[in-house]
Parts: sequence; structure tokens; C-alpha cells
Amino acid sequence: MSQPATTLAATKSRHARQGGLKIALVFGLAIVVALIAPHLFASGFGLSLLNRMAIAIVFALSFNMLLGQGGMLDFGHAVFFGLGGFATMHLLKWVDGGLPLPVALLPLAGALGGAFVAVPAGWISTRREGTAFAMITLGIAELAVALVVMIPQWFGGEEGVSGDRSGGMPLFGFDFGAASQIYYVLAFWALIAAALMWGVTRTPLGRLANAVRDNPLRVDFLGYDPARIRFLTFILSGFFAGIAGGMQALNDEILTVSNIGSQASGAVLLMTYIGGVGTFSGPIIGAVLITLLQMALGTLTDAWQLYSGLIFVAMVLWAPGGISGIIRSHAPILRGGLGGRLLAAYLALLPAALVTLAGIIGLAELAYRLQAVRGGGKPGHLFGLAVSPTTPWQWLIPLALFLFGAALLSRLAPGARAAWQEAAAFAAGRRGR
Amino acid sequence: MQEALFVLLNGLVYGLLLFMLSSGLTLIVGMMGVLNFAHASFYMLGAYFAYTISVGLGFWPALIAAPLLVGVLGVAVERYGLRAVHRHGKLAELLFTVGLAFIIGEIVPLIWGRSAVPYRVPALLDFPAFTLGGIQYQAYRLFMMAVSVAIFAGLYAALARTRLGLVIRAALTHPDMVAMLGHDVPRVFTLVFGAGCALAGLAGVIGGNAFTTTPGMAEALGAIVFAVVIMGGLGSIPGALIASLAIGLIQTVSITLDMPLGAMLGHIGLPLDPHGALGQITIAHAAPAVPYLMLVLVLALHPRGLMGARAD
Repeated sequence: MSQPATTLAATKSRHARQGGLKIALVFGLAIVVALIAPHLFASGFGLSLLNRMAIAIVFALSFNMLLGQGGMLDFGHAVFFGLGGFATMHLLKWVDGGLPLPVALLPLAGALGGAFVAVPAGWISTRREGTAFAMITLGIAELAVALVVMIPQWFGGEEGVSGDRSGGMPLFGFDFGAASQIYYVLAFWALIAAALMWGVTRTPLGRLANAVRDNPLRVDFLGYDPARIRFLTFILSGFFAGIAGGMQALNDEILTVSNIGSQASGAVLLMTYIGGVGTFSGPIIGAVLITLLQMALGTLTDAWQLYSGLIFVAMVLWAPGGISGIIRSHAPILRGGLGGRLLAAYLALLPAALVTLAGIIGLAELAYRLQAVRGGGKPGHLFGLAVSPTTPWQWLIPLALFLFGAALLSRLAPGARAAWQEAAAFAAGRRGR
Repeated sequence: MQEALFVLLNGLVYGLLLFMLSSGLTLIVGMMGVLNFAHASFYMLGAYFAYTISVGLGFWPALIAAPLLVGVLGVAVERYGLRAVHRHGKLAELLFTVGLAFIIGEIVPLIWGRSAVPYRVPALLDFPAFTLGGIQYQAYRLFMMAVSVAIFAGLYAALARTRLGLVIRAALTHPDMVAMLGHDVPRVFTLVFGAGCALAGLAGVIGGNAFTTTPGMAEALGAIVFAVVIMGGLGSIPGALIASLAIGLIQTVSITLDMPLGAMLGHIGLPLDPHGALGQITIAHAAPAVPYLMLVLVLALHPRGLMGARAD
């Protein structure tokens, strides 16, 4: 009897060691990427992009600590982000005034601020779960915004609060005024926060949060209080959202009500969900991708908000696992060497998808440019063609493209889905043998 | 004294409007546990549809047609959107409506522009109904009140006296059991969803011209409606009525109170520095926070809301 048991234990510890090695490798790789990235994107735009990504990664990971790991949808997560940012900003102003603290440490103030606010907010909201929890967080978010607007002495009203990150005492000769210098501070905090949040998923609390997400009643029977576990997870999440807010304060050197409001909360939901809530890496993928899209498309088109909403709804409808979910459902197929079969089925979808996309973009751009023309602006060009949104027939082309593409897609999609299911079943069968 | 009466009347009208929105939403949430985040967007669509129809045909056709249109749209959303994401779970359903609200919020300014549209009170009702102490009270406000009360009575009769109402009430607490008994619960739900959206649309039709019709109206009212539904208790119509009237009255009254917080709390013996940051805020300033403050207070004392039967 003891023989198999020891073998099992040995296998288990070997797995654990391999897992630890893998994590160390991934984390080492992340450090290398963080060190190389500013040299690859050394322009002002590139650095500002990287800084925003670092902030978004921490914010999205803290959000997924609730949504993905704890099953709690927080509609007001930006409250902890923004109030953490305000805490950092006020400390930064004291540092500017002569308080001897290195600026690089200030995101910690944000963390404490975020956790401090999360205690009363969590006490009210985490006693409920599911839909009720989500609605309560929405109410708390509205209350927080109303309070922030009401007290301009603390939050600066419309103009917000601003500070100067280079005004503190220099650390090793750096004053962190330049974007390239603050990048390393933000990257440092992003790596630390990400590592800590990954660590939390391995603690008993992290595991219990998963259990509460999946079956709160059973957790209750096991002798743990689900509401208490939700409460502790909520405070931790507020803590990390506060770090992200502190990073934001250092990066932008200004904080306003908009950093607390529903748009900021919506943005983090968008990022996290599109990246995928089912894995730890999902929010990171989403944060990087959406920040990139936002900064790239935001300068190109007015329709960015509409596009992001459409991407979000498309993800909810057809890929609820997000991008990381898509990767995860294809990884065994690719590992099994069955990618070639699927590629043909997917390539057949590509023309139809492109036609549909062109139709949607055409319609959206025409609509936004019609509004611009009404406001006295110029319609401009689309796909290299002169656009005239006031002529009706120009609307017919994208409409026809969209309808044709959508009809084609709905006809071809079942085939591609069947091909995927077949390949997935085949890959699973192969591994089983 | 007369002023106080007018404030109370306005609060009552506002509260009844809130009830028209929250009654549909609380049925939807109670039956399927789906929080329809786009509910206030349907309110906005009701107002905009009514504006467009009233430009061509006048107010009275719009009063009938706009809610019907919104209801049909709601049925389509439920049938082809919500039902498709249902298999992905409750979170996906909720997020679908979040995305929908977002998209409607982007498309409405594309069609009708970013500033308010001139949606006006019909000429037939644009006269002062009575004058008290030199202040006129608009007849349209009385009309709003009449419509709201009629809707409440109709809804109550439909839920309490008809067979369908019985099925709906049973499905609020025991949807699985009702389905076992042979009722087509998804179809009942589609109906309730469509009717709820139509009610939201009707609220938009009669509220859009009394207040303003702008692309921001959904967001402004949406969060308050959620506060009402949560405060009243999920799935409870009487709870929604009490919470709507309470929020409507208290918010309207607090807008008119110009007394600083520090002075008022001083009256009831709470010390707050009247010259500090908090003490200087007047109650009128604090009015936007009032519904959420009430929500937080109710939940702190009674986590299920005023009359909630279900915990989730």
C-alpha cells in the first residue's frame, strides 16, 4: 500500500517542482521583456504606450481577482484605482513640498488608499453575490463620484489635483521626470504587483475564492464563510487597484473625477473580458491589446468607442472565454499537430469575415463622418476613397458588403466549428491513449 | 407652504416615473436573474422615437407607437441576443446588456446629435393646471401622474387577477417548478422583457419632454433605477414602488434645500466643523449622492432590500 502512495507523492512533488520552474521562467521572461521594451519603443509615443500598458496590466489583473477568480463583477472598480491615485497625488504634493520620501515608493500610498476605501465598500457589497453584488458596486461607484465632485477642497473639482513627480528627492541620481525614467518605476511596480497577485491565487484564500465562485453553498458547508472570503478578496483587489492608481498618478501627474467614473470602470471590464477572465494571463493580454488599439485607433478614427463596444459584444456572444480562452481551446490541437486541418477551415472563413468587417467599418465611418459634416467638418477619405456621407448610394455599398458577408459567415461558420470540434476531439483522444 | 406642496408634487411625479422604469426591470431581474443594464437605454430610445414620431405625426400617435416600437426592439434583443448568450451563464447575459447599453449610447448621438433635441410638451397640455400662491403648476405634470397611476393600476390588476400574471408571479420565485408544470417560461420571459422595455419606452415618451432628451439621459437615470430595484428588493413590485417614491421625493426635496450640511447636522447635535470641507456643502449640492446614500444605508441595515424575497 505504501509503495503507490510514495510514488504518488514523488510525482506530485516533481510536478510542483516543474510548475515552479515554469513560473520562474515565465517571470524571468517578463523581466527581460520589461527591460528590452523601452529600447525597442524609444519614441515618445512608444514610451507613453508602454507606461499605459504597465498601469492597465495591474488594473486589469486586480479586476480579474474579483471577476475571474472570485466570480464578482465590480462595476465600480475605478473607485479604488482613482482614490488610490488621489492618495498618491496628495502624498506627491507633500513630497514636492519637502517631505523626504523617494517618489518611486509612492504607489504604495495608492495601495493603502485603495484598500482603505475597499473596506467599507466591500463590507456593504460582499454580503451579496452575483447580480445584486454587481448592482451594489454600481451604486457605490455613483456615490463615490458624487462625493468626489462635492468636495473640491480635496479632489480639485473639475480641474482635478496635479503634482510634479520630479520634485522629490532623487534616487541614485534619477529624478524620474523623463518618461524613460518613470517607465522603470512603473515596470517595477507592474512586475511586483503581477507576481504578488499570481501568488495570491496560490494561497488558501485564492483557492477558496475560486471555490466561492463555483459553489458558495458547498464552501459554506465546509465551514468557511463565503461572504468573509469575498470580503477579504475584495480588500486585496482594492489594494492592487490602488497600486495601479498610484502608478497612474505618477505617470499622468494629474488626477480628475474621470479616473474614478464609470468610463474608467467600463474600460477595465472591457480589457479584462476581451483578454479572458478564465486564466491569469488573460487580463494581461487584454490590457496590452486594448491599450495598443486605443492609442493607435483613437488617433485614427472617432468611431473607436463604437468599435470597442462591438468587439466586446462579439466576444460575449461568440467567445466568452476571451482571447486567452481561444488560445487555450486551440493549444492541444496545435500541440497534437492537427493545426493544418483547422487552418484550411479557418482560411475559408477569412474572406467572408473580411467582407463583413469592411461593411461594418464602412457603415460606422460613414455615420461618424455624417456627423462631422453636419458639424461643419470635412468627410475625409476611407480605404483611399473620397467619402461623401450625404449621398445615399455611398451607404448602400458597405450595407451590401455587411449583409453579404454576414450571410456568408453564418453559412460557413458551422463547418469551421465542426472542424474545430473534430480536431479537439481527435487531439483529446490521442492524448488519452 | 405652497412651495413645499409643489416640491412634494414634483417629487411624486419623478418617483412615479422612476417606478415605471423600475417595475419592468425588477420583474426581469426577479424572474431570470438577468440584470438588464440596457434598461435605461430603452427609456432613452422611447424619448427619441417619440421625438421623431411627434415631429411627423404629433404627440398622441407617438405616445402609443414609441413604446410599442421599443417593446418590439426589446423582444428582438431578448430572443436573438440574450437567449443566445444564456448558455454561457448569467455573467455573459449581464455583460451582453452592458455592451448593448454602450452601443446604444454611441449610436443615439450619431442619429440625433450630441446635444438635446427639441422634444416638447404637446400644445394641448401646455397650460398651467392651477395656480397656488402665485406659482403655476403645469397640466402636463398632472398628465404624467395620471399615466403613471394608470400603469401601476393596470400592472397590478394584470399580475394579481389574470392567469398570465399568476404564472409570472410564480416564475419570480420558482421558475424551474413553473417550467415543470408545463408553462413555457422562456416565452413568458420574452413577453415580460418586451413589456418591461415598452414600459421603459413609455417612461421615456412622457419623461423626455418634461425633462430633457439628450444622449446622456440613459446614463443619468440608469444608475438611479438600479438603486431603486436593489433598494426595493429584487423581484418585488411593491418594494420598487416604495423605493421609487422615497428616492423621488427625497431627491427632489434635497435639491431645494440650500442649508449647509454643517449647520443642519449642528441642529441635530452632530458636531461637524461648519467651515471645513464637508461642513460647507449644501444639501442641494449633495442631492446627486442621495439615492446612493439611501441605497447603502438600506443595504447596511437590511441586505435583501426593503421587500426582497430572493437573496441573489
